[in-house]
Amino acid sequence: MVLTAIFFYLFAGLLLLAGLMVISVRNPVHAVLLLIFAFFNAAGLFVLLGAEFLAMILMIVYVGAVAVLFLFVVMMLDIDFAELRAGFMKHFWLGAAVGGIALAELLYVVTSWSLKLAAGGGGAGVAAGGAAGVTGRPALTNTEALGNVLYTKYVFFFEVAGLVLLVALIGAIILALHRQKDVKRQSIAVQVARRPETAIEVMKVASGGAIFPSKDGRSADSMGRGPP
Amino acid sequence: MEQASKQDCGRNGQTIGDKSAMRSATIGQFMNIGLAHYLTVAAILFTIGIFGIFLNRKNVIVILMSIELMLLAVNLNLIAFSSFSGDLTGQAFALFVLTVAAAEAAIGLAIVVIYFRNRGTIAVDDINLMKG
Repeated sequence: MVLTAIFFYLFAGLLLLAGLMVISVRNPVHAVLLLIFAFFNAAGLFVLLGAEFLAMILMIVYVGAVAVLFLFVVMMLDIDFAELRAGFMKHFWLGAAVGGIALAELLYVVTSWSLKLAAGGGGAGVAAGGAAGVTGRPALTNTEALGNVLYTKYVFFFEVAGLVLLVALIGAIILALHRQKDVKRQSIAVQVARRPETAIEVMKVASGGAIFPSKDGRSADSMGRGPP
Repeated sequence: MEQASKQDCGRNGQTIGDKSAMRSATIGQFMNIGLAHYLTVAAILFTIGIFGIFLNRKNVIVILMSIELMLLAVNLNLIAFSSFSGDLTGQAFALFVLTVAAAEAAIGLAIVVIYFRNRGTIAVDDINLMKG
């Protein structure tokens, strides 16, 4: 139990420290890297709670995709960050007041409210989803237990989450796609729509003679490359 | 902590006996990591996110990162409740919150990229006109 407490305070302390530094550090690349560090510590807290599947998913999705996306955007855009820090202290006290009130309310709820917990409290073993000695079945891992419930009871939300991702994918591509005017591109539709009548020309060649290609005014060349 | 004492009970029902009983009770409160500890961490992280939005009103990338911090605090909350009450609903919900957070970060950053392409800066505290 003491080891749990040590790791909890370590992860929680580093998480809050990283969070504070994300919002206050000057260099945006440092801010993104500190956000990644915060995600690592949050994943550690999730593992302490017994939700190791979600901890790994946090690593893969949040750190591996979202934070890397943040890094791409921060490094790709040529941003003048000095100008953006101009109004930093102007809203400090208002933000501190609002944040302080919100924190006071949350902590009041947390400390003065005793929860009647259902099937036994206690951190790590519960989220495993199966009691080892009760019915004689082996205890499920967190992944198995989550899978048992995700595809049966919550399958509708699972499908809707897939649709949300699809919409986000299409939206992000359409928003950020930058079609350049002066680059030659292949036109797949033109290539696929070639007919033998227009693609092949049968010519009669006299022996010893030569053929010169016809100079039609066609808009696409033989590879289907047209104006972009 | 079950030392019998002739004195009154404290506010939480703790018996105010010796000082060592009080001290071990306090240490027990700190050493036994319960639900309240996780909820406190999530609450503080949430307010750090709110504070970050107030502080960085011009820098839209830091605003997006503060929103990610807030969503992380919500996830921590959900998973703590799920773990301490034995119900997997919280973890399934946290999975969906994660999905939506990733989708929203992607779209937000795409909007930032277009905004920067059109305006040359990402100072967003002056966007108050519908037509550019």
